[in-house]
Amino acid sequence: MHIIVCIKQVPDTKQVRLDEKTHTLIREGVESIINPYDMYALEEGLRIKDRFGGKVTVCTMGPPQAESSLREAISYGADEAVLLSDRAFAGADTWATSYTLAKGIEKIGPFDLILCGKQAVDGDTAQVGPGIAERLAIPYVTWVRKIEEIGDGLIRVQRLMDDGYDRLETTLPALLTVVKEINEPRVPSLKGKMRAKSQKIGVYGTKELEADPERVGLQGSATQVIKVFPPPRLKEREWIEGTPVEQVGQLLGKLTKLKLII
Amino acid sequence: MTLQTRIDSDKCTGCEACLPVCPFNALEMKEGKASVNDQCTLCGACADECPVEAIFVPVLEKGEGSEEYSGVMIFAEQRLGKISEVAYELLHKGRELADTLKVSLSAALLGKDVSASANRLIENGADRVYVVDHPSLEGFTDELYGECLTRIIRTSRPEIVLAGATSIGRSFIPKVATQIGTGLTADCTDLSIDTEQRLLLQTRPAFGGNIMATIVCPQKRPQMATVRAKVMKKGVVQPGRSGEIIPLEIDWAEMSPKSRLLEIVEEITEKVRLAEADVIVTGGRGLQEEKHFALIRELAEQLDAAVGASRGAVDAGWISYAHQVGQTGKTVAPKLYIAVGVSGAVQHLVGMQSSDTIVAINSDPHAPIFDVASYGMVGDLFEIVPEMIKQLKARMGNN
Ligand SMILES: Cc1cc2nc3c(=O)[nH]c(=O)nc-3n(C[C@H](O)[C@H](O)[C@H](O)COP(=O)(O)OP(=O)(O)OC[C@H]3O[C@@H](n4cnc5c(N)ncnc54)[C@H](O)[C@@H]3O)c2cc1C
Ligand SMILES: Nc1ncnc2c1ncn2[C@@H]1O[C@H](COP(=O)(O)O)[C@@H](O)[C@H]1O
Repeated sequence: MHIIVCIKQVPDTKQVRLDEKTHTLIREGVESIINPYDMYALEEGLRIKDRFGGKVTVCTMGPPQAESSLREAISYGADEAVLLSDRAFAGADTWATSYTLAKGIEKIGPFDLILCGKQAVDGDTAQVGPGIAERLAIPYVTWVRKIEEIGDGLIRVQRLMDDGYDRLETTLPALLTVVKEINEPRVPSLKGKMRAKSQKIGVYGTKELEADPERVGLQGSATQVIKVFPPPRLKEREWIEGTPVEQVGQLLGKLTKLKLII
Repeated sequence: MTLQTRIDSDKCTGCEACLPVCPFNALEMKEGKASVNDQCTLCGACADECPVEAIFVPVLEKGEGSEEYSGVMIFAEQRLGKISEVAYELLHKGRELADTLKVSLSAALLGKDVSASANRLIENGADRVYVVDHPSLEGFTDELYGECLTRIIRTSRPEIVLAGATSIGRSFIPKVATQIGTGLTADCTDLSIDTEQRLLLQTRPAFGGNIMATIVCPQKRPQMATVRAKVMKKGVVQPGRSGEIIPLEIDWAEMSPKSRLLEIVEEITEKVRLAEADVIVTGGRGLQEEKHFALIRELAEQLDAAVGASRGAVDAGWISYAHQVGQTGKTVAPKLYIAVGVSGAVQHLVGMQSSDTIVAINSDPHAPIFDVASYGMVGDLFEIVPEMIKQLKARMGNN
């Protein structure tokens, strides 16, 4: 089995806050991490490798410093890593990103399975995984919470839905996007950490990928961000004070007035 | 690159006002003047901030051939034959957008035995309904749904396509957008029209809800967006409203789907489902022990509410993941959301802050949940919640 895992380096959104006065993002001290959902994708790839043998290749598109996330993935057990990096890739929306990643995957070579996270926590779009699959003309299943079986060129999975789950079967090669329930990621091994330091990582740009310069980065993006602003404060908050009995009495009174309770 | 933000270095005073407002780290100081690097997305935040108007952000031009696309289309999602609420919300919003643009509103309906529902879409504002009714669309697969919707869009050429940002919408709409070769904005919470440029302004939260971004798709058509459920309001039904129903024939023999749906498993753990509830009572780690979660269930029962949970409570194993609200759980926007013993971590807030009325009960007056609350109650949940149950029960007795 050759499994390709797409990982993205993102700012740790837990630490991203808005400055109350200037309404700007406070970025000082915000670390870069591997997108949390991609850690589940990586873990699932490693588990499949542990069971069936083969190799796991991690792939990312990002600035040169994204290499550190690839090395981190190697420390967990990934065998090979590829960095898609080019100044021309900057400013890509999901359309250009999935094009570039699909080009990168074609360059990596034949594969059985591509794993992505459900979404990246910076953009929260969940569009890149399906986009890659469509460009590679392979089937995909989103929100995978369990892989039931792999064999005979087929994979059977459970897909988390709003009101339960679906069981599906699809042919390989395929792409899956995974949710948190799928596994508990392992910790990096000492051997992995050693290898992460020395492993050679291929870096490909537009030329190496034979990509269409019109389709990558900002230039190749169909959508454009035209404005960014802080989330509106919803409504004025009212404190309800007093003893618990008084507090509850007041609250229920207000909710009744608003016709929220009878 | 033709599209680039430019800084007039003669005008720039080096005041650095633009640096902190850039959400993308795209501005740097070079030799005492601001300069743009390639992280720039043309968002224009810097230009608004610059006190001397030294920053120019290019205006995006519309692509060729966009006049050939006209009308607004919504995807009318159904699950197990029942039209989802989000479809009605989209019809209402879609009607508003179509009226602003002075064009018609259509709906795309896919499923098995769904033709009878087409009229309900017309009564809710659609002028035209495209229907593909076939047994193989009974359950949802990306391939078949994607194939059908792509064909509908290619034949009817709407300028705007909206779908719910649900498990289904967020799964197959990216496929459709890629097939058609247009842009797609995920999980929008606000939509409006720039009438001058005839562009759809799509606003959505990003960075875990810490910022809002307005996104346009200037060159490609249709402009596509998935829209968060429960954020747009439903309209009034107009019984007897007339419209056109257009059944579409698909050559099923030529489709050779690679994936197959084996089973649909509904997991309704409580009486009321989170996504559809008007009232949600959510418990967090402040409940301290699994057995105390019974308080949340009891309060929910009194209010006819669904039960939600923070990730803290889910990770502690007190309740199943199906109840989790937040970034990694469900996004909800009920009329009333009561958060009990929930600190209000940003990942939780993004999943519930668009609720109409939010009540927070927490012993820590500095808990961030109070930042989004309409009513804040500082106190011990073990005193307040039982009292609420008691008073609610007493009211029931009086009624
Ligand atoms: C990538 C990522 C995704 C995440 N996704 C989600 C998500 O989808 N949903 C989510 O909820 N979280 C999510 N989290 C976790 C989130 O950061 C918080 O850890 C979590 O929401 C905390 O849960 P809590 O508020 O129940 O617990 P705590 O933060 O421990 O808060 C408990 C609160 O209870 C109060 N309290 C204690 N005792 C009492 C009492 N007797 N009476 C009244 N109040 C009391 C305390 O003051 C405190 O504010 C995510 C985190 C990450 C990193
Ligand atoms: N720049 C990137 N490099 C590698 N993988 C990515 C990148 N962007 C997105 N992905 C993958 O696509 C998934 C969905 O991302 P998104 O559509 O941005 O929410 C992520 O969880 C990753 O697996």
